[in-house]
Amino acid sequence: MKPVDYQLVIVGAGPAGLAAAAAAASAGQAIALVDDNPHSGGQIWRGGAARQDDPRARALWAQLQASNNIHYLPGSRVVAALPQQQLLLEAVDGGAASVLHYQKLIIASGARELFLPFPGWTLPGVSGAGGLQALCKGGFPLAGKRVVVAGSGPLLLAVAATLRQRGALVTHVLEQAGWRQLGGFGLPLLRWPAKLRQAWQLRRHLAGTRYHADSYVLAASGTTRLQQISVRIGGRQQQIECDYLACGYGLLPNTELAAALGCSIDDGKLRVDQHQQSSVPGIYGAGEISGIGGVDLALVEGELAGLAASAQLDRQAAHARQLCAQRRHGLAFSRLLARHFALRPELLRLCQPDTLVCRCEDVPYAALQPHVDWRSAKLHTRCGMGACQGRICGAATAALFGWSKDTARIPLAPTRIASLID
Amino acid sequence: MPDTLTIYLNGRTCVVAPDISVAAALALHNDGRTRLSLSGQPRAPLCGMGVCQECRVEIDGRPHQLACQTWCRDGMHVTAAQLP
Repeated sequence: MKPVDYQLVIVGAGPAGLAAAAAAASAGQAIALVDDNPHSGGQIWRGGAARQDDPRARALWAQLQASNNIHYLPGSRVVAALPQQQLLLEAVDGGAASVLHYQKLIIASGARELFLPFPGWTLPGVSGAGGLQALCKGGFPLAGKRVVVAGSGPLLLAVAATLRQRGALVTHVLEQAGWRQLGGFGLPLLRWPAKLRQAWQLRRHLAGTRYHADSYVLAASGTTRLQQISVRIGGRQQQIECDYLACGYGLLPNTELAAALGCSIDDGKLRVDQHQQSSVPGIYGAGEISGIGGVDLALVEGELAGLAASAQLDRQAAHARQLCAQRRHGLAFSRLLARHFALRPELLRLCQPDTLVCRCEDVPYAALQPHVDWRSAKLHTRCGMGACQGRICGAATAALFGWSKDTARIPLAPTRIASLID
Repeated sequence: MPDTLTIYLNGRTCVVAPDISVAAALALHNDGRTRLSLSGQPRAPLCGMGVCQECRVEIDGRPHQLACQTWCRDGMHVTAAQLP
């Protein structure tokens, strides 16, 4: 397979990837923008940047449309990092595989949710919090459905607001952090007026939805799908009947591709310098991959990475300094998030012996308990050896047992044999 | 864009809106079910963003396609876990 040459390849067309492409475009380089979704926008602008209320999304998209040096490749999944700065791509819809050669690479692969297993979490009707938000942006029918949003972090409020706009009856939002923790989050938020404004706007959308701190889901039940959940709200246990449970415990950076390329990962996130360059020269990361900080930080990081990867930092020195200052401000918010939504230990004691931890290979909690580490569990139980390649249960077992998952193996996603041998 | 699309879900004819994912179509017409797990349990989408692989279905004869990242096309054939 003959590789197609680009000076810059950007993986991920969410806010960070779009900002990177827009910033790099003015240098006139040949740029490829790759994303496995059918539409641009990543998760927060899911469904296409052009269709968002956020004017920044529409402006970035218009800028990319006007640049004739950006080759946008939607529906393309990076399945392997090959030697000599090449990436193997597979078309999601079954089309032919292709190889891209890059001089510089920006990885803006975003984040996924952290899921902690509890009895009944595999029932149809139980999904992630951001998961249900993403599904409903794809037309998932929620009008008139009773939904409980649970887990942790400011994402829960955004999810609840989106679901309500789509007609869902969001009866409860259950935040595991206590009021004391949350109170400590509110006051420093004065340093980020835009975030306060967002919180206030969300609040208006959520009239009639009860927000409970110090509250979490214990179990979900139902015969063939979710019917009821058992929850603890402020110390009291109760049952809630619902059609959907949207439960997620925060976000985890998608570092697999970066790790496969040899980039250093610290504490689950890509290590980057002040211009978003990773430990491997010429490879940059932007957005949630280098730490969970939300869309504002992702846009700044994307722009910085785009300028750096297209050698425009010197030419735009004043602007770059401004971006660096905004980046530091955003990173402080990111640290605040991590501190105030720390997970309570009770969440790690919800599994029953028969609760499945690895959903791909149906491995129950009891089968994992005798093992001392991830490798032993994998070899003896097949935990983490299914289709998601441990992306879900790897994080769960890290939380439950303190295991550290091995680094990503090639291929990075389920891949057709034909793509690998051509 | 047409007002509706016709897809075939486990051989049944289903009329759906033109701009929805296969996962959404399964929620409307298959109680959300996508696949059966190794031990035979019904599953539905979890992550909604192409990571967890729970929404794997067969689309137009190709196995292991992600319903959450695939949009419905007119005449598409989807094979997913059957309703009880």
